Amino acid sequence: MGSSNSNALPNLPRNFPKEISLDLFRKICLNRYFDLKVTELYRPGLFDCPIYLGVGEESIAAALSLSLPSPSRIFAQHRCHSWYLSYGGPMTGLVDELLGLPTGCAGGMGGSASIHCPEIGMIGHDGLMGTQVPIGVAYAMATKKRTLVVMGDASLEEDYVLGALGFAATKKPPVLFICTDNNFSCITPVCVRRSWNTIQHATFGMPAIEISDDPWLIMHYVRELSLNLPAFINIRTCRISSHAGVNKDRTVVPEWNRFDLVKEELTKLDLDQETEKIQLLLEDAINSLWDKRLKEVVRAS
Amino acid sequence: MPHKYTLSQTICEATRYHCLHRNGVVMGQCLDMAGNVAGTVPSLTEDEGLLELSMADVMASGIAVGYALAGRRPIFVTRYQGFQWFNAAFFTNYAAKCKELWRYNCPIFIRSIGMDSSAGVTIGPVASCSQHGMFTRTPGMTVVAPVTPNEWLDCFNWWLEHGGPVYCSEYRRSYHLTDELPNIIEPNVDITIFPISATRLDAIEARNMLLLEGFRCNIVNLIWLKPFNVDEAIQDALSSSKYGGLILDSDFENGASKCIAFDMINKIDKKVRVLGLEEKTAGFAKHLDNLPPTSEKIKNFVKQISIKTP
Repeated sequence: MGSSNSNALPNLPRNFPKEISLDLFRKICLNRYFDLKVTELYRPGLFDCPIYLGVGEESIAAALSLSLPSPSRIFAQHRCHSWYLSYGGPMTGLVDELLGLPTGCAGGMGGSASIHCPEIGMIGHDGLMGTQVPIGVAYAMATKKRTLVVMGDASLEEDYVLGALGFAATKKPPVLFICTDNNFSCITPVCVRRSWNTIQHATFGMPAIEISDDPWLIMHYVRELSLNLPAFINIRTCRISSHAGVNKDRTVVPEWNRFDLVKEELTKLDLDQETEKIQLLLEDAINSLWDKRLKEVVRAS
Repeated sequence: MPHKYTLSQTICEATRYHCLHRNGVVMGQCLDMAGNVAGTVPSLTEDEGLLELSMADVMASGIAVGYALAGRRPIFVTRYQGFQWFNAAFFTNYAAKCKELWRYNCPIFIRSIGMDSSAGVTIGPVASCSQHGMFTRTPGMTVVAPVTPNEWLDCFNWWLEHGGPVYCSEYRRSYHLTDELPNIIEPNVDITIFPISATRLDAIEARNMLLLEGFRCNIVNLIWLKPFNVDEAIQDALSSSKYGGLILDSDFENGASKCIAFDMINKIDKKVRVLGLEEKTAGFAKHLDNLPPTSEKIKNFVKQISIKTP
């Protein structure tokens, strides 16, 4: 597929304040350990809904939340735990949603796939892949407010997504489109599904770039392209989680492990100690929250 | 008002007001083509609230949803109801569901225009007559079929005061109407006709023809198709009808009309039949068309009922 350093810029992490890099790592850990905890806890009966995890691609939402911190609305689809968490959605709301409780962020109606959180401007998704794209385009057209639209490489192929991208290129609403591109729809690779290229053929003349999921690179290009919206960023990533459920995807060998690559960069920035502390702290906090909530649920039932 | 407005003028002026004074928006494909959709769409700029959509049908309804979420209360115009097979995705799967899913409203007024060859050329297999049946089955969707100016305004004003999407099944043949078409209810008739949309015009003709042949009919107009309420007017009319009721539809029978008949039968122990588009695909040749029941067909159908019923 792509490469772990598509369109990379040398020594980019050094251009960011250390505090930003540490914030970035906190969010990456939050996203990663949340989904890993779901993997650990998963058993039939505890979660009734299908689960969509994003282990391996957690740096994308983390980087976006720091470089585009307050879009007026976020339109994402399934596999959006990390978007919810990175943008400040309360963790208990997501825990309860996955447990199907009325206190969940969508009252149990959304499950893992259709998360909704008005507090952070995250709009619910109806389950049909890519519908968030025309809806987000229209929202930005109507309000003229900066809007974030997230899709996957499979959603991009939906006719109404391509139509909406064309309409956005025509009407020029302030939308930043992010395509999380892991090269697969379930287990079918892009090359089997289409002959065309995202940046060359699906962005209709909008400012667009393809990069890897290097979070510093994402932050750099989000800031640059946000000055001239609409714009499109296709982000190559390697997801470890399978399409649905909590198993590892054994059909694909990930080309890179972004989490390890990020830690290597932090080491180069002499942030080893802080990194380790953050990692332990986040993992522990997430474990504690889940354990506490599960005990409360068991007690209540 | 200088004179009585036709239905099309009423829609046009209500739309103009909505765009210019309520920050509303009207959107659709080719709205500014000759005739402005039979005179129902005002000439406005995009800044004033008229949005010309691209020709991507499925995507277009998603644009309406986005505008609704932004608080712009879009009026979405579909020039032929048959196009709803593409438009319906966002209306039924998003707009109609989001109140239950996420507790927010998605108010869209979906103007969907039925048409048939009564105006001249045939329409063929695609554009067809009415297609409201595909919307009545969706939870969260309100479906109406007004044909007079006041009925349309009632439906539109109801939508303005409520949150969800409303599917407004219109019919071109009714756009010239200026007068209201009230129910006709008399005691002890032979049958009560419940016409929907354009069949209301044929029902009036059929009633007059049947009267000449000694058959007496009530006419109770069906405007609110969903949620459907078997109200007192329907119950009274049906109770006093010797042969029960007949629902007329400009859509296929296996849709709204049979569901409504079922509701009526459950409420009042009377037989209710339906007569709508035939179970066949329309062709372009005149003799292959599939039209709503004509007055002649309605008359003959009622006479057959009287013969078959002891």
